[in-house]
Amino acid sequence: MVQIALNGLRVEVDEGMTILEAARFYGIAIPTLCYLEGLSPYGACRLCLVEIGSPGQSKLVTSCTYRVEEGLIVRTDSDWVIKRRKMLIELYLATCPSSKVIQDLASKYHVTSVRFTPWYEDCILCGLCVRMCAEQMQGKAIGFAHRGSNRKVTTPFDKESEVCRLCGGCMYVCPACQSRCQGPQEEQPVCNACLNLQQPCLDYFDDKMCFMDPCVACELDTNRELKVKRRL
Amino acid sequence: MNTNTRSKLAIPDDLTKRREMLKDRLDPKKQRIVVCGDTGCTVCGSRELVPVIEKVLQERGLAKKVELKIAGCLGFCENGPLVLVFPGAVFYQQVQAEDAEEIVEKTVLQGEIIERLLYTDSADGRKITCAYDIPFYKLQKRVLLETGWYIDPLDIDDYIAHGGYAALAKVLGEMTPEGVIAEMKKAGLRGRGGAGFPTGLKWEFCRASAGDEKYILCNADEGDPGAFMDRSLLEGNPHAVLEGIIISAYAVGAKEGIIYIRIEYPTAVLKIEQAVRQARELGLLGRDILGSGFDFEVAISKGAGAFVCGEETALIRAAEGKVGEPRQKPPYPADVGFGGKPTVINNVETFVNVPLIINRGAAAYHEIGTESSGGTKIFCLVGKVKNSGLVEVPFGTTLRQIIFGIGGGIKNGKRFKAVQTGGPSGGCLPEEMLDLKVDFKDLAQAGSIMGSGGMIVMDEDTCVVDVARYFLQFLKSESCGKCFSCRVGIQRMLEIYERITTGAGSIEDLDLLEELAVTVKDASMCGLGQTSANPVLSTLRYFREEYLAHVRDKRCPAGVCRPLFRYSIDKELCIGCGSCAEQCQAEAIVETEEGSYSINPELCTRCGVCMEICVADAIIKG
Amino acid sequence: MSRQLSDVEDVLQNALNKHGLSVVPLLQEIQEHFRYLPEEVLRMLSRKTGIPLIEIYHAATFYNSLSLTPRARHQIKICAGTTCHIRGGGKLIEEIFQVLGIRPGEITPNGEFMLETVNCLGCCAFAPAMVVDGKYYGNLTPGEVRKILSKLRERAALMEK
Repeated sequence: MVQIALNGLRVEVDEGMTILEAARFYGIAIPTLCYLEGLSPYGACRLCLVEIGSPGQSKLVTSCTYRVEEGLIVRTDSDWVIKRRKMLIELYLATCPSSKVIQDLASKYHVTSVRFTPWYEDCILCGLCVRMCAEQMQGKAIGFAHRGSNRKVTTPFDKESEVCRLCGGCMYVCPACQSRCQGPQEEQPVCNACLNLQQPCLDYFDDKMCFMDPCVACELDTNRELKVKRRL
Repeated sequence: MNTNTRSKLAIPDDLTKRREMLKDRLDPKKQRIVVCGDTGCTVCGSRELVPVIEKVLQERGLAKKVELKIAGCLGFCENGPLVLVFPGAVFYQQVQAEDAEEIVEKTVLQGEIIERLLYTDSADGRKITCAYDIPFYKLQKRVLLETGWYIDPLDIDDYIAHGGYAALAKVLGEMTPEGVIAEMKKAGLRGRGGAGFPTGLKWEFCRASAGDEKYILCNADEGDPGAFMDRSLLEGNPHAVLEGIIISAYAVGAKEGIIYIRIEYPTAVLKIEQAVRQARELGLLGRDILGSGFDFEVAISKGAGAFVCGEETALIRAAEGKVGEPRQKPPYPADVGFGGKPTVINNVETFVNVPLIINRGAAAYHEIGTESSGGTKIFCLVGKVKNSGLVEVPFGTTLRQIIFGIGGGIKNGKRFKAVQTGGPSGGCLPEEMLDLKVDFKDLAQAGSIMGSGGMIVMDEDTCVVDVARYFLQFLKSESCGKCFSCRVGIQRMLEIYERITTGAGSIEDLDLLEELAVTVKDASMCGLGQTSANPVLSTLRYFREEYLAHVRDKRCPAGVCRPLFRYSIDKELCIGCGSCAEQCQAEAIVETEEGSYSINPELCTRCGVCMEICVADAIIKG
Repeated sequence: MSRQLSDVEDVLQNALNKHGLSVVPLLQEIQEHFRYLPEEVLRMLSRKTGIPLIEIYHAATFYNSLSLTPRARHQIKICAGTTCHIRGGGKLIEEIFQVLGIRPGEITPNGEFMLETVNCLGCCAFAPAMVVDGKYYGNLTPGEVRKILSKLRERAALMEK
């Protein structure tokens, strides 16, 4: 066990854990798009950035790849982290406004406007499908090709793969295309439709903690605005 | 001893003996013609020059007496092809094949100087004979580069004669690995590849790493546009690179090394391959080097061309023969590197410094440079400067000394505007920063980086907004595309630049650009992404006025961004020759009733051909 | 066809003996032999070695010097380095488009010329620069590019005859 300071709390975590695992273990939510338990950490979506080190000498690192060490000081929602994360979410939203996962993230972080031209892409290149195919399905049917702005997920030579078993694992893990959001329109990449959601769990739990990563509806309930403000 | 024999050097004494045998090569009276064989000089005809000189020497029966050498790079590329005649280091520039006979006839045989081939000092119009007196060379401190004037890069014996591999012998014979590392630390040697990490510390980390299997990886994948110092070192003095690699291997306890070299540098590849072969023949590579019990081998891996492979984690993957994509650090290569084993990665220039430090001693080495960065740094001084070429100066030299002293100032009487250091990920520094002392710390504070040493000078005709856009364009396709902030951030910044340079930008765009740039800087995975914002942030910081001119006044002051300026004809100056109208591909220039000409801005493509050919300077840009 | 196949087999075996299962050197070797990377050969490589085809494909599309399409007879490489850019390299690309109708990365329909940009040719003192079939040209203006191209075309036409 090693001792770390997690948002000011002294906690003990297993050696070899990543910051993300440790934070989630203690119920602290860190958003991710390219991380999935059971797949190797990839560090590509950059959303899981956290601040480490003592103030003045701190830096941002990806919590999904950074392993805890004795005495590590971690802040998962400092001003610095939130500022950069919001910009990243705005970029995601402009890239891929049709993804419900991303729209939800935007709502959570109060990203209410997009200052870039929406692209309406289907893929954010998080690589979940590629790792799913290779690591869980032992398929290696899909992968990346090209570089930089031309990078994409594809099959060899853009043709039907000979080794694909059509298991559908790739589609299952996709955060961008799996659940489409019908909200955003051509000229308005932020849908804000989720703002009208009723908390589905409210009837059961009233205002007690539900011990889950707070869902969008809960986060944005007007009665809890204070709580949300404190978080952000 | 016949120096052609390739008998192994079994003990350090063998090396000393061999050097002793070769000492007549050091004879200062020996007549020698050195021709620059670098790409720059090749462009203007040095390749054709060599066989002609060879033939002339043969015809005069001088082939034995006068030595003809093809050097890696003599540095003063601007005036190529360059020829040096020894003794006396007579410097001839822009030498063509027809000059060869005269050089042999007059300078070599009779010691006469050929006036017309000499360099003319632009300051006072004086002709200068000796290379050492030319301000371009005189103001430099050519510790690493000068050997290129004497040593034949293809001959290990030449290197040995000039003291080569003495440092290796000393290290293996007298020093412990810890001692070597301590020496590097004391010398203040910092990595020349970009980030400037202290070399001694890097070696120490790797040495301390668990496991017996360790690697040395030499980064010769110099991909910065506008930088070729590593190529020059590899082509000019490959054995020095190799010696540095072997010493570092001894220090960290590595048995194998890999030189990862760009395939775009075919000559450098040939030379380093030859060097490795020769060193192996003499037993300077392989088992039990110089009888010390230390084994080391080197392999050469050819890069297939991707800028991002200069980043160390990407370099490791590329050297393994895989796709060169970076991964998130930590773990650092000193713990998990090539093949998953602890690895030291240094670039070519860093390795060349290593034998120098051993030979001179750390203290003497550190007398040059600044407190935090010891030694000299090679810069590639290019752009709108009078004297382009490779420039070596101590750390702590000011930008002004480099650009106006060595570089001779700005070409064609124009005004200095900015200097861009550190390649595509560096920053643009304005005139106020010219007295900045060049070292890792000061450059970073000013918002730029040392990078591998590119130094591109810009004058009033360069638009810094366009320059920043150019770098993003470059990085857009050179980013590996793995991490989101770098891939999309760069494209989005570019989108904003497209708006600004076509007149569709707004003041808010500048704030957005800045916000985006800091996000890309803070959030990206590797060095490429983290530094990709430097050109943007540094130009926004120092040249805000120019950005404002683009977005507020819809005007490009430098006349580069095509939609934001116009060409027109000054009727007073126009002599009515009509050559502009003749040359205009867009047929935008028509004759007016008064006999002069005018340009139709609707049709004009702003190619600038009219301005180039106008003899009366009547074309105005603005 | 069978003879050709055994040729390919030899090339692959040679490459494998030399480089083991290291993908990039294998591709470099194949490209040296065929002047590009034919799809069929890469599929054979994958079958023979067990290296997943997608890994081979990724490498083949990642690196600048590897190409999945046959190269044109004349390679024009324009330096897109910084110095060349600020000294007017963009104008050369524009001029080539005017004359040949191709942009970087494209081949003329007759397969004669291919235009590429390279990051830096390392002869910044002679910017802007280009390389045509290995020969360097420096200090270029659009006019000179036009001349060089028309010379090449004349020579190509002569060769045709």
